[in-house]
Amino acid sequence: MVKVNGVEVDAAGKTVSEYIATTEYDSKRIAVERNGDIVFKSQYAVTVLEDDDRLEIVSFVGGG
Amino acid sequence: MKNEDKLIIGGHEFNSRFILGSGKYSMKLIEAAVKDAGAEIITLAVRRANTKEQENILDYIPEGVTLLPNTSGARNAEEAVRIARLARELGCGNFVKVEIMRDTKYLLPDNQETIKATEILANEGFVVMPYMYPDLNAARDMVSAGAATIMPLASPIGSNKGLATKEFIQILIDEIDLPIIVDAGIGRPSQACEAMELGAAAIMANTALATAGDLPMMASAFRQAIEAGRKAYLSGLGRVLTRGASASDPLTGFLRD
Repeated sequence: MVKVNGVEVDAAGKTVSEYIATTEYDSKRIAVERNGDIVFKSQYAVTVLEDDDRLEIVSFVGGG
Repeated sequence: MKNEDKLIIGGHEFNSRFILGSGKYSMKLIEAAVKDAGAEIITLAVRRANTKEQENILDYIPEGVTLLPNTSGARNAEEAVRIARLARELGCGNFVKVEIMRDTKYLLPDNQETIKATEILANEGFVVMPYMYPDLNAARDMVSAGAATIMPLASPIGSNKGLATKEFIQILIDEIDLPIIVDAGIGRPSQACEAMELGAAAIMANTALATAGDLPMMASAFRQAIEAGRKAYLSGLGRVLTRGASASDPLTGFLRD
């Protein structure tokens, strides 16, 4: 299992691109961090998620 | 206002000295707020993305406005650096407002951790704008660490209490050779004006607008107050008498005797 934004998800074995395609995230409006390191957009298609990975998917919101 | 009176942050030039927050109000008001504030910089936060929200704040920010992501939510330098890197990866430039808070009651910035994060991020090419408790020694360390501006708080964040730290902000203005941008606690246009009269380079406000009766109208009021304070500063204020009075009228030609 992969922990995405704190929630266990069955995404091990998928690339980041494949995982995002199963969700409603707008890939133009998000940034992805895997185990504390940025996954650059150019790496989405070749980064394969593994069991126990921690993924953070973030976007901008209003703030001061 | 003289055209050459620019605010320069990390080599970027701005005409506006009003940095607008985007928190705690409807995204639909952002365009009007930016327009009425005359703002060229708007702050944003980074949070876990929500697949259910179809609307993205970026769709509401007018083109040409510089985005200033903050690192809110960071409790130490390491978390701030992670958030800053994610913000840059979101693809909207390399400005970052470093904001690190350990306590959740008063939300006071942790100057020591902020210095550490400033150094790391400046070395990675970010334009770093550290939010800080106004302390001259910490501000000097932030300058050495590569900060592009210093952003001291006026009073506790979101409090609208105004320039509680006035004396210490004045020391930063007098001693630090970077733009001093007063951030947090400014609640009224008159307070923004006063900070500008002291020589602040710009004002950052969010809650003052978000909790106002008419947000765009208050944005406009802040804009005018900030411009007035800037002009007063550039002009140089009139002197204050320690005692007594001084007539503005001629002391001759009285209609008597």
